[in-house]
Amino acid sequence: MGRAEVVFPLSPADRGASRSADPGAPVISLRDGVLAYGDRVLWRDLRLDVRPGEFLAVLGPNGSGKTSLLRVLLGRQQLTGGSLAVLGRPPGSGSRHIGYIPQQAFQPTHTLLRARDLVRLGLDGHCWGLPLARRTIRHRVDDLLDAVGAAAYADTPIGRLSGGEQQRVRIAQALATDPRILLCDEPLLSLDLQHQRTITELVAERRRSAGTAVVFVTHEINPVLGLVDRVLYLAQGGHRMGSPDEVMTSSTLSELYGTQVDVVRVGGRIVVVGEPNAGTGHPHDDGAEGGESQ
Amino acid sequence: MIGPGYGFALFADGGEDTGIWHQIFNFDNYGELLGLVQNSLLAGVLLGLVGGLVGVFVITRDLPFAVHGISELSFAGASAALLLGVNIVAGSIAGSLIAAGAIGVLGVRARDRNSVIGIIMPFGLGLGVLFLSLYKGRAANKFGILTGQIIAVSTPQTAWLLGTSVVVLIALALVWRPLTFASVDPEVAEARGVPVRALSLAFMLVLGLAVALCVQIVGALLVLALLVTPAAAAARVTASPLLLPVLSVVFALCAMEGGILLALGSTIPISPYVTTLAFLIYLGCRLATARRATRAPGPALGSPRGTVRTHT
Repeated sequence: MGRAEVVFPLSPADRGASRSADPGAPVISLRDGVLAYGDRVLWRDLRLDVRPGEFLAVLGPNGSGKTSLLRVLLGRQQLTGGSLAVLGRPPGSGSRHIGYIPQQAFQPTHTLLRARDLVRLGLDGHCWGLPLARRTIRHRVDDLLDAVGAAAYADTPIGRLSGGEQQRVRIAQALATDPRILLCDEPLLSLDLQHQRTITELVAERRRSAGTAVVFVTHEINPVLGLVDRVLYLAQGGHRMGSPDEVMTSSTLSELYGTQVDVVRVGGRIVVVGEPNAGTGHPHDDGAEGGESQ
Repeated sequence: MIGPGYGFALFADGGEDTGIWHQIFNFDNYGELLGLVQNSLLAGVLLGLVGGLVGVFVITRDLPFAVHGISELSFAGASAALLLGVNIVAGSIAGSLIAAGAIGVLGVRARDRNSVIGIIMPFGLGLGVLFLSLYKGRAANKFGILTGQIIAVSTPQTAWLLGTSVVVLIALALVWRPLTFASVDPEVAEARGVPVRALSLAFMLVLGLAVALCVQIVGALLVLALLVTPAAAAARVTASPLLLPVLSVVFALCAMEGGILLALGSTIPISPYVTTLAFLIYLGCRLATARRATRAPGPALGSPRGTVRTHT
């Protein structure tokens, strides 16, 4: 697709300078991470290194702190304990090197923004002043939309696009600054199988062509099973990390949940049976979700 | 002062064939009158610019109710100033900023915000009624705060308007891009380091100033016609980030200047002219898009969905 060759028009010098000397050094480095809301601990003793080109899937039931982990990585949520470096710096300081694909979809009434405008905001929306019409920016936006196959609806208001189309545009927006880390918060939610495949393929292609590290929050591992290097499974204030084969087993998940959980493999898919508080809400869920969505 | 008295005299001279329409539309001695309202026409341009541009964010941030709430406290500030015999513009700006600040700080979430406004608004209106009841001066002054008085814009008042407008326009130009980002896509904006909270508060203060400006001219009751209707009309016909503010300003200018020119010879306050013009423009935009939608049921809406390219 040639996306890697597209020259980033804003400040190539800055980009070159910020690449660290060691290409294999972790882009995310979390030590003894603890996150708690009041006396409710979401996770503790979390030690996490994510290297360039790595695909980390974050799984777990609602309210287990998956979205909060992304917020911590973005510097929007303080760790309760432990230390974190993102691209060798404190979180939140290198936001232009992080592409973020949020969970929320646009309402059908949201018609004041076209697909191309959303992508452009990813490019220079954080800069002060008026948005001047520059040809380099327009070309860059066209290239980005083209690369995700969204050129056909570049001028359609975002609220009128289907969920899958919106997610394509979201990916184009997240890739606008040529990020080194891609944080995805349930990007497959409420998409049909065909679109789930397209979106995961776009993310995978980015990882292949640019060595971008991917942290992919999902409640459903199957759509990304073939891409995942490691799984971080959060539940009951604890966690397990490792390859899908290590983590997605009956014994590991039973131990993590503290109750019998069965993991069955059917035709290359993983089915987890008997997770407590999967599906309908747990009394604690509301509070934790409220905290997460702020 | 060329207000009601003059207009009424013209009407009385006009003869029997006129009736109520002559009272509403009266263009006798129009040229002479025009020379007397240059200040008002200038004020109209300022208000058109400010109302049209601020309105864009009022629409995208879903703040029409906040506009109404702020205008009631602006009214309270203006009537307090009237009672105390100090500068009315300063009074209305003070009231606006207090209300805007309170809404901005207390109402971070949309649901909280609406209740905060609902609580502030009657309080402001009540204070305003109290101050006006205590005021023993001319009744026209009281009425003017509520329904506008552009025909009587004086030179020092124009200076205040000009200064405040310049502040609002510069502030808007500075924050335009990040404010757009924070308004339409707050999640990603925050992730990209845009100070979403601070911008929200800053915009409330800008909105407060804009409301105080508009209250001077169209009155506290009718501020929405300048700060909401033109932008809402523009949003019906375009989604382009360039065309939207341009059209919004054009609509606001048409309503404002048209209102002044129509109101000039009549005995009626300016506000019904401005609000009616703004409403007609909105109606026109709605009808235009409705017709477009029925004639071609899809090119903008549905067609790309079928032709999604699987690129991968």
